[in-house]
Amino acid sequence: MRSPLIPEMATQEVQLNETLAHLKSESESLKSKLEEERAKLHDVELHQVAEKVEGLGQFVMKTRRTLKGHGNKVLCMDWCKDKRRIVSSSQDGKVIVWDAFTTNKEHAVTMPCTWVMACAYAPSGCAVACGGLDNKCSVYPLSLDKNENLAAKKKSVAMHTNYLSACSFTNSDMQILTSSGDGTCALWDVESGQLLQSFHGHAADVLCLDLAPSETGNTFVSGGCDKKANVWDMRSGQCIQSFETHESDINSVRYYPSGDAFASGSDDATCRLYDLRADREVAIYSKESIIFGVSSVDFSLSGRLLFGGYNDYTINVWDVLKGTRVSILFGHENRVSTLRVSPDGTAFSTGSWDHTLRIWA
Amino acid sequence: MALVVEMQDPKGGVKGSEQKLNVTSIPYVITGEHVLTWITNKMKSNTEEAQVMATMLVAYGYIYPIQNHKKLVMCNDGTLYRFQTDFGTFDTVDSVVAMMKLNIRKKGMLEAYEQAHYNHLNKWLNHKWDFIVMQATEQYKATKERKKADRVVLDCQERAYWVVNRPPVSGTDTFFHTALTHNIFYQQTIMRSRVKSSVSLGALVKYVTTYKNHDAFLAPCLPSNPWLTNNDNYWTLNTRRVETPTKMRVERWSFSLFELLTDLRGRDDFKIFLKKEFSGENLAFWEAAEELKWGTASSMSSKAETIFKTFLAPGAPRWINIDGRTMGMTVKGLEHPHRYVLEAAQTHVFMLMKKDTFFRYLKSPTYKDIQKKALSPEAQNFSPAQIEQNAQSCSPGIHPIILWQQEMEENAKAAAASAPVDVKAMMSKMDRKNKHILEFMHTRF
Repeated sequence: MRSPLIPEMATQEVQLNETLAHLKSESESLKSKLEEERAKLHDVELHQVAEKVEGLGQFVMKTRRTLKGHGNKVLCMDWCKDKRRIVSSSQDGKVIVWDAFTTNKEHAVTMPCTWVMACAYAPSGCAVACGGLDNKCSVYPLSLDKNENLAAKKKSVAMHTNYLSACSFTNSDMQILTSSGDGTCALWDVESGQLLQSFHGHAADVLCLDLAPSETGNTFVSGGCDKKANVWDMRSGQCIQSFETHESDINSVRYYPSGDAFASGSDDATCRLYDLRADREVAIYSKESIIFGVSSVDFSLSGRLLFGGYNDYTINVWDVLKGTRVSILFGHENRVSTLRVSPDGTAFSTGSWDHTLRIWA
Repeated sequence: MALVVEMQDPKGGVKGSEQKLNVTSIPYVITGEHVLTWITNKMKSNTEEAQVMATMLVAYGYIYPIQNHKKLVMCNDGTLYRFQTDFGTFDTVDSVVAMMKLNIRKKGMLEAYEQAHYNHLNKWLNHKWDFIVMQATEQYKATKERKKADRVVLDCQERAYWVVNRPPVSGTDTFFHTALTHNIFYQQTIMRSRVKSSVSLGALVKYVTTYKNHDAFLAPCLPSNPWLTNNDNYWTLNTRRVETPTKMRVERWSFSLFELLTDLRGRDDFKIFLKKEFSGENLAFWEAAEELKWGTASSMSSKAETIFKTFLAPGAPRWINIDGRTMGMTVKGLEHPHRYVLEAAQTHVFMLMKKDTFFRYLKSPTYKDIQKKALSPEAQNFSPAQIEQNAQSCSPGIHPIILWQQEMEENAKAAAASAPVDVKAMMSKMDRKNKHILEFMHTRF
């Protein structure tokens, strides 16, 4: 006779499933409670506060430089702190350093892999980092000797288990922050290749990241295919804030210059602004006529303008405060894949699948 | 815990039975009434205390209600419950099986390893005991006040706290763990403080207004935007070590301490002021802390030591005046240095500078002097033909690598000049990469 005290193995599973279901419903109610709490302090809309701000005039923004030299789609670019040099990477594995002002190519590296989706200029101006389908992020010290083979001094720093989607140096050449298709972000020590901190929380590929410009410099934001934008504490590896309002992959995230907000661009054809102190989304930049995804966003120096590169080959310029589009720029002959404003805000650069980069001002 | 084990004892425990619930027949089910009676008798407590204790057991998942999963309280009636079988910290699936075996052991006799498991669990639980008691009290109070929201909140928090200390086993347990982690995160987010929209949005607008004239897309860039006119005067007037900065640049230093320090030219001017005031140690400490934070992992120990000797040790040559608590914490942390070991001290020093020194600087003769001297370049109005011409004579300027080396050499000079710091120690702070480039530079020039 079976003892009535023995719970069957099968009922173990039932228990677990029951508990899991309970957790899920709890999750839903917590989510709505969170929205309730966020809404309690929402006493005014951004465009209302912006009513007393002067309107923007007409803009004349044109392509001032076209950088030709890549043999395939340009996937990523980054500015040097000298405000005129640029590093760009493309699908054919080439990484090129340009003096965008003279349009001269100064350095070129051929990566052992195709689809170099990420590249970054070191703060010192003495090195560049890049990676992509090789699942790694490598650092190449630059040289004044034009004949030197840069690949010889290459240093492998980051190792992920899927493609590298974005990379950025921190405040020095010694650390790199990466994001990957493996769903994680990570902080690395360049000299030793040591993993200093990893960041887990995204449920799918992480596509982009940006470091906070604030005086403490200890946080960064990431965006992923799980439609979430997460803010992380670099010291603890914890996700300290999370926003899930986009309806599709988040391709780009960028901090507002004060560090108190950030913008995102998504495949859902919208750009959004998130206020970190109010802990909520405060603006959506969209138009019915814009139906193609945003690949890349960046702010002008004052934070008044938000530039967005789109998959329909255009650049839309938004008035961040009033929420309206102030300009639409044409020029690229294929989708705009990357966009960054120069360090002194005098121009912004775009890279495109049409193999070129353009500088706009 | 030991209590729960006792409750499940077939002889002296809570009487269980097979119950029919809907279509399924669930073995070993207990009623709330029986649980409370048992606890009251066992613990010699009153019904209220027993209620609190039992509800806590439910909240922690030792016992769970099989009819209404959301109702995580012990009801003093016929409501049905079951004992959770996996409780405690597990490392492997084997442990889970072992704990299950415990439930079916007759007479409550435990094998040595099982006893050890329970002892371990007990010890571990003891650490959390105070917290658990506090939470139970809070929950009891909240239940009395019928604040459903609070109850849900505290409820989740408790369970979250307890469960988060359980490492996941494998497979389904990982799902379990992930789901719980999400809920914990939501819970924490609900509790976090946030600012009214009017306040934070107002700050965003204020930022735009402050920087409006410095935004090349909104106001003319003087003398001209290099990208528009192909003339790079704007950049040559704003180099790192320019003797006389522009008025716009000097104005920007006044926007925040962060701006002043980020622009190295501004930081230099600030240092001139600090030298006059004989209060340069705060900034020097802040810079050293930055170097530690962003430096190579291998250099951390030596940097930490140098920083301790220079700024924190009793009688240190550049001793910084921070509060006792922060100093104590920092010095202790330096025994095992990591890149954020100086965080508290650095923040303290930064706030000191931000709230006091920075404003005195802005009112000082040093700043007023540079404001007066600062240049206001005239707008260059080039004709389209001139712009074309300018394009022809675009120079590459100085290569960033060379600029960087100049910067390193200037830093070394400044470090050598500010005795009584050990120059050798400062030099060895330079990361090997830079040393390599310096050597390269020396061979070329």
